Amino acid sequence: MVDLSAPTSAPLATAPSRTEAGPSGRKPRRSISRANIFLYGTLIVFALYYLLPLYVMIVTSLKGMPEIRMGNIFSPPMEITFEPWAKAWSTACTGLNCDGLSRGFWNSVQILIPSVVLSIAVASVNGYALANWRFKGADTFFTILIFGAFIPYQVMLYPIVILLREMGLYGSLTGLVLVHTVFGMPILTLLFRNYFTSMPEELFKAARVDGAGFWGIYFKIMLPMSLPIFVVAIILQVTGIWNDFLFGVIYTRPDLYPMTVQLNNIVNSVQGVKEYNVNMAATILTGLVPLTIYFISGKLFVRGIAAGAVKG
Amino acid sequence: MTSVSIKDLSLNFGEVKVLKTLNLDIGDGEFLVLLGPSGCGKSTLLNCIAGLLDVSEGQIFIKGRNVTWEEPKDRGIGMVFQSYALYPQMTVEGNLAFGLKNARVPKDEIDRRIARAAEVLQIEPLLKRKPAQLSGGQRQRVAIGRALVRDVDVFLFDEPLSNLDAKLRAELRVEIKRLHHRLKNTMIYVTHDQIEALTLADRIAIMRNGIIQQLASPHEIYNKPVNLYVAGFMGSPGMNFLEGAFAPQGASELSFGVTRVPLERYPFVSDERPGKVIFGIRPEHVTCGPAAESEPFNTEVEIEVVEPMGADTLVWAILDGREFRFRVDGQSQLREGDRVRIGFDPAKASIFDAATELRL
Repeated sequence: MVDLSAPTSAPLATAPSRTEAGPSGRKPRRSISRANIFLYGTLIVFALYYLLPLYVMIVTSLKGMPEIRMGNIFSPPMEITFEPWAKAWSTACTGLNCDGLSRGFWNSVQILIPSVVLSIAVASVNGYALANWRFKGADTFFTILIFGAFIPYQVMLYPIVILLREMGLYGSLTGLVLVHTVFGMPILTLLFRNYFTSMPEELFKAARVDGAGFWGIYFKIMLPMSLPIFVVAIILQVTGIWNDFLFGVIYTRPDLYPMTVQLNNIVNSVQGVKEYNVNMAATILTGLVPLTIYFISGKLFVRGIAAGAVKG
Repeated sequence: MTSVSIKDLSLNFGEVKVLKTLNLDIGDGEFLVLLGPSGCGKSTLLNCIAGLLDVSEGQIFIKGRNVTWEEPKDRGIGMVFQSYALYPQMTVEGNLAFGLKNARVPKDEIDRRIARAAEVLQIEPLLKRKPAQLSGGQRQRVAIGRALVRDVDVFLFDEPLSNLDAKLRAELRVEIKRLHHRLKNTMIYVTHDQIEALTLADRIAIMRNGIIQQLASPHEIYNKPVNLYVAGFMGSPGMNFLEGAFAPQGASELSFGVTRVPLERYPFVSDERPGKVIFGIRPEHVTCGPAAESEPFNTEVEIEVVEPMGADTLVWAILDGREFRFRVDGQSQLREGDRVRIGFDPAKASIFDAATELRL
């Protein structure tokens, strides 16, 4: 209250400020400080370090061979040419065929799509059953499955050859799809189990009271809530299967080789001139699929990893 | 007629016995509260009734039908969970309809039931929203609605108000009570909050370590606890406990230290007269000031701490060297260090055997 009897009651507008000299209000932040220079400097150096190889590859793939022979790998192309790309895609020779990477690309697509779909479908149901239905022996089953992830591939290569031969699938795409599905199972099941375990159990109970069964709960409750973890699984599988070389070279025959094996055959061909520009273009073409997947779903990937992989 | 009947029910998780040969009969239209600290088995019992946990031994009957081996959906129950457990990707309407669609109820019947539930719970404006767009109280209302539309005999509540703030909890508590009056369904309600138990229940079952300690009306549980555990669990602030012994000449008097309390008016329920007993009196059964003179027992105490709580004030005093709490009117002017006369009627007290902890 203002004391009205006071002789010098100041008007409200000029009321004296109560703040004193010294720090007041928002704390000032300098944008150029030693800490910031160090921080951003380090970040930029590392970014360059990782981007430089990609730069060299792109630049080289756009040069003609004479320009490459001059030896300046960092200089931008004086004359941009897309010929190496076209050659890598459609005319480069791999062993007997001279139709470039295109054949390998379509082989890889035919391997990739069924493998990804099948492995994720099976693993998500596995994870859901392990997390929510706790059937008898579930823990033992899970332990065995996870143990499978630690057995070195080399141990299993030959037994699988025999197995596929007996099944009549050796050398076919179906056989390779089967191998990819099986080898993706441990890590994907772990991923899905952990994600479903982190979902509130009461939701599952409520759905049971509401009369939904095993598949009803899976499709109507769990699936719509699991987009992030499906994205993670898709990224893991797409990159893993696309980049696979070992299984591709062992379990298929030359005309069914995936893109990675073909790339190797182009780059490592011993006869003729080494066409660096074609090799670079072929490598970028092969890496394009996983790269695209990362760019499209990077944000979801981080979210899903955080949700699924941390909690045990 | 009994609505839910639990017969010799046991549940073991490996070596751990969670429920021990439990028996319970719940009447038609009764509101039963299962009350106890966390880990006492109250939620486990509710999950057994719902069919979400398989029992180890014993039987469960609902409406006279043995449902021990039946799926949750076939038991005629609806359940409300602490975390609401609404399906996040569905609208409120979708949440309410989910159970009915699973049961293949015709579309117009679904609409009719949802409209009725929405009207009862006043959630009509929310039907098109997703659960994420609702407040805690609204979510819990929808969760209750999901049980309501199923048109079931028995409602199961698993700590439904524990996630809400104090004010909302009080509001929804009254609403659940109103709902019970209106629907007259059997309701089984699990909580660790004794106020919820006392306000809602027709009968309370106090549980501890998988065993029901006392099953009685709130009034009886509060005033005539059967053992020391129930006496100490109910009431906030808790009952005063004083260790003492019967006077040598018989059970007409109880002594602790130099204080003697006449017991002529105490209604004994047992003929046992053990050597050591525990005498319990609730803080609100103690009178203070001039009125204390007329009580069968009165004495003078020194006040140690005064805790004003608004409507009333809790006073901590020293009686015969021991801590003694009593409650006085919120307007009282008592101060630390004052000496006042207090008294109580032993008829309102509870006496327990110190060895068996049972009521005498």
